[in-house]
Amino acid sequence: MEPIVVNNNFKSEEYFINMGPQHPATHGVLRLLLTIDGEIIKKVEPDLGYIHRSIEKMCERDSYQQIVHLTDRMDYLSSNINNEAVCLAIENALQLEVPERVKVIRTIIGELTRIASHTLWWGVMGMDVGAFTTFFYGFRDREMINDIFEETCGARLTMNYNMPGGLMFDIHPNFIKRTKEFVAHFKTKLPEYDALLTNNIIFQHRTKGVGILTKEDAISFGASGPVGRASGYSCDVRVHHPYSALDKVKFKEAMRTTGDTFARYEVRIEEMWESLSIIEQLIDNIPEGDYKVATNAVIKLPKGEFYQRVETARGELGVYIISTGTKNAHRVKFRSPGFSNLSLLNHISVGSKIGDLVAIMATLDLVIPDIDR
Amino acid sequence: MLLSITKNIHEWLFSLMPENIASIVEMTIIAVIYLTGFAVAGLFLVLMERRIAAWFQLRRGPNRVGFHGILQTIADALKLVSKELTGTIKADKFLYNLAPYFVIITALLALAVFPFTKDFQAFDINIGILFLIAISSIGVIGILLAGWSSNNKFSLIGAMRSGVQTISYELSVSLSLLTIVLMTGTLQLSEIVEVQKNGWLIVQGHVPAVIAFMIYMIAGTAETNRTPFDLVEAESELGAGFHTEYSGMKFAYFFLAEFINMFIIASIATTVFFGAWLSPFGITESIPLLGIFWFLAKTFVIVFLMMWFRWSFPRLRIDQILTLEWKYLLPINLVNLVVMAIVVWLGLTIQF
Repeated sequence: MEPIVVNNNFKSEEYFINMGPQHPATHGVLRLLLTIDGEIIKKVEPDLGYIHRSIEKMCERDSYQQIVHLTDRMDYLSSNINNEAVCLAIENALQLEVPERVKVIRTIIGELTRIASHTLWWGVMGMDVGAFTTFFYGFRDREMINDIFEETCGARLTMNYNMPGGLMFDIHPNFIKRTKEFVAHFKTKLPEYDALLTNNIIFQHRTKGVGILTKEDAISFGASGPVGRASGYSCDVRVHHPYSALDKVKFKEAMRTTGDTFARYEVRIEEMWESLSIIEQLIDNIPEGDYKVATNAVIKLPKGEFYQRVETARGELGVYIISTGTKNAHRVKFRSPGFSNLSLLNHISVGSKIGDLVAIMATLDLVIPDIDR
Repeated sequence: MLLSITKNIHEWLFSLMPENIASIVEMTIIAVIYLTGFAVAGLFLVLMERRIAAWFQLRRGPNRVGFHGILQTIADALKLVSKELTGTIKADKFLYNLAPYFVIITALLALAVFPFTKDFQAFDINIGILFLIAISSIGVIGILLAGWSSNNKFSLIGAMRSGVQTISYELSVSLSLLTIVLMTGTLQLSEIVEVQKNGWLIVQGHVPAVIAFMIYMIAGTAETNRTPFDLVEAESELGAGFHTEYSGMKFAYFFLAEFINMFIIASIATTVFFGAWLSPFGITESIPLLGIFWFLAKTFVIVFLMMWFRWSFPRLRIDQILTLEWKYLLPINLVNLVVMAIVVWLGLTIQF
């Protein structure tokens, strides 16, 4: 948008305001240093580190099995996918072939996690633009997924269901039935989401044309996940580098080209439909077999560097392990999607209003523990 | 019956003491009755809001304190009364302490003119509508004072938004009410009710009256700073907006004022568009007390409508709020005023 130059005798003064670390819109402990002129944002500087727990350093101390448990605490809304990333990295390093059953279950669980994360995001998105009711609708559907997880592995948030070599336990006998129930239920509820928020004229006015990210910028800032795809940048790891059972399923990569807040919103809604379709394709033919292969009690990775990328609900998560051949990693680095997505916040929100900033942040879908680690 | 009771008390008071003292005592009694009545009404509205929100949001709402939770808001009020009054060190103390009273007093003042039933009206002045418009625009000063004196930037943004929004939407509220005044030819609320014995004004004025009502509802919601116009508070943007720095009873005054303002906006709509205490079946004349029921029933239907807005819609942005008012509502309103004038001039109103 072209800046409008107005010549008048009034001087407008910029002022500084501190948004966070305790602010309802930052969803955690992100601190934004805002420079504002009236309502118009001139500069956004994120200040990180309020929830830094040295997870990467702790990974050097712990054994490989223990690393998996730390990854839950990064992006807690897609904990299963984080676990899967580390497990895949370790299995690739060991050149361990896991059974088909494990691959299929991991994919189903991963897609359920994605839906759970997106439903929560949708509720919070509505709340950030001022519609409170969405929060409870989102939680209603997330609750069903959490119940499935609780029955399967006993946990609702930090799952730890994956482990190097397979899964902790086999799926619960009810798993298939409950998942099918959820898919049928959610198919009737997703149109409700559209009726309540997507088609609302106020919501559309609030989000269309706000926070536009071009494809070039998306690539140069390292945007991934729905943020990148909304700008027309095909970056779905599930499509380009399929892992687990994702090469066996057919699904469409949700894409938009406008790159505004509404496009990012639509991509996530479409992803929920696609995730449902992936689950439907897999749930009826989970192969029989073992739910894990035996590994040594002490895993020692061969000397070398290993990288594994997966698509979490927020974008591309990379796990980079440098091993010297001992039972501990020499260095572990996580490439978190939230960190890159946060870096473009200043770029796309300058010139918009405070209300826009909140809406933009909502569609970047930031999880602060993922950024700080 | 009601009339005879009040008349007896009136006569008894005046026989007991000199005339001017008697009238002061009488006014005090009426004021206390109103204050108590509307504090209770405010508490009830808070409970209603919470139960309705719960109903929209797949949850149960307060249902533990008292029968189906009716004592919940009383418990909350007691908690707020007993809480410590915190404040910022660098606040402008005088204005900071004055602001909540400004807001609550203006809210309560407006209640004096409503005709709750035949002859049950504290203050029947001949410029009733003008009085309501004037009083409702004073309330914003309290909000501005609160935002300014708190010495908090978030509060200040909230207060600036409130000033901009209330001044803009005041125009639409006034103009939509004036559209109806064209039909009645009077500003006195009791006479406006009298006119409606031939049919509610929204029916009498048909198309322009319905348009006026719709604009009034939009502008009225903006006046009360509720979703989709709740930029003043805007939880997700400003924390709590202008009352961020208030606690305890001072916060409770703001909170109560919001609900009483909602009641006022609904009451004006009831009085001006829906025939105040007149029943839809025309039997209120014989039983005046039933008028209170009809008045409250209509008011609560409109309050419910406003709650429905709040729990369904997202919030508008500040520039969109101003665009909506100055580019759409105001021109439509002005045209509508002319249309109504033509309708009245040609005698096209519907009368039974």
